[in-house]
Amino acid sequence: MSWDWQVFLNDDGSGRTYLEWIIQAWGWTLSVAACAWVLSVSIGFVVGTLRTFTKYSLAVMVGNIWVEVFRNIPILVQVFLWYFVLPTIFTSMQQWSGFVLVVLALGFFTSSRIAEQVKAGINALPKGQGMAALAMGLTPLQSYRYVILPMALRIILPPLTSESMNLLKNSSVAFAVSIPELTMFAMQAQEETSRGIEIYLAVTMLYAVSAFAVNRLMAALERHLQIPGTSSGNSKGTNGPGANANNTNTLPSIGGGH
Amino acid sequence: MGGLDLSFFSFDIISKFVLKGLYFSTELTIGSTIGGIVLGTLLALMRLSSSKTLSWIAVVYVNGMRSIPLVMVILWFFLLMPTLIGHSIGAETSAFITFIAFEAAFFSEIMRAGIQSISKGQVMAAQALGMTYAQNMKLVVLPQAFRNMLPVLLTQTIVLFQDTSLVYAIGAYDLLKGFVTAGKIYGRPEEAYLLATIVYFVICFSLSTWVKRIQARISIIR
Repeated sequence: MSWDWQVFLNDDGSGRTYLEWIIQAWGWTLSVAACAWVLSVSIGFVVGTLRTFTKYSLAVMVGNIWVEVFRNIPILVQVFLWYFVLPTIFTSMQQWSGFVLVVLALGFFTSSRIAEQVKAGINALPKGQGMAALAMGLTPLQSYRYVILPMALRIILPPLTSESMNLLKNSSVAFAVSIPELTMFAMQAQEETSRGIEIYLAVTMLYAVSAFAVNRLMAALERHLQIPGTSSGNSKGTNGPGANANNTNTLPSIGGGH
Repeated sequence: MGGLDLSFFSFDIISKFVLKGLYFSTELTIGSTIGGIVLGTLLALMRLSSSKTLSWIAVVYVNGMRSIPLVMVILWFFLLMPTLIGHSIGAETSAFITFIAFEAAFFSEIMRAGIQSISKGQVMAAQALGMTYAQNMKLVVLPQAFRNMLPVLLTQTIVLFQDTSLVYAIGAYDLLKGFVTAGKIYGRPEEAYLLATIVYFVICFSLSTWVKRIQARISIIR
């Protein structure tokens, strides 16, 4: 088997080369992910905050239902739901473009995960912070806006980073409703050119590069937001196995000397 | 509800199209959970071993798998498997191999956290008792790591079950495909998607409620 990277210079039949096509597809992937990211972070913060209003059981209930619904349905099924089912029920949605529907699906799906992190981040704060804010005369809303949420944001940045990378990867399900993004390109170009390995390698590289870029962007944000004198938020509020990725200490001399 | 008519869906259709898919999805979930945990534990041990080479291989494998979308991994295996083993395999077999290989990367991170949660004193004590590495792992470290991580492992299994719907990309006949096929044949795709949504939600919601209960029980014991 030999490489044939020149396949990317071939015409795809519509006057553009596969190279141009893959770059356009990359653009679609990035735009779907970016729009869904903005949506999911916005909703995630609202819903996550709602779930900490323990005095208002209705707010907590709405937040909990939101999280359970969007977390317990596979993302591909949710994409189909937005694309096929909801426009049948709400006919005005039939005019919405596939891009908007996929962004909504990905954004809502991811928002449930972010809401979970936001809630954990708020609960990780010492209770005294909120009380001190109230004692200083801030209204409950102001205490969230100026004290609690800014701190919670800094605590959840590490898990938010991995969720953002997940969102980028999950955007690949858009292929199922024919959004011309990278995975769709991979499937179509593989079929047309029979050069699957070269095509898949290029697409995989672009995904890996994008995920890495997201990771670096979030790290830059973390540095930018860091409050001098406080820990970088690496130790608390992080949950899940990926959270201690920096912790690479090995077991003591295990396996040696036997 | 405007435009939707669920009445066409009968027990007959469910037993003809959906059960077959549900069976495969369950099989795929259980099979790749077991395979993924075994391979993942091996990867975690490699990563934590004193050998730089083994550790490096595990790091590259795990980080590589974690930076690619699952759909692409599914497509990759489906493309490469026939060339590697010389004859074509079905989408279902390909899905099994893919999920074990992919989920192993995620289970290995969980098992690594579990192994690291065991205090070093326990490992040293076992060594002082004259246990070999294998005995140490089998009798002391892994049982506790496994137990500590049980809720996380089960949560990952629910995620895995949701992920199995992505075999749609290679046309394997899973639960989602069962609904899609029924919807196509009876000309009612929208209703089929809606029912699929409900069924997935009921399954995943019950499982995650169950996991939460287990989690509460385990945290009391500790």
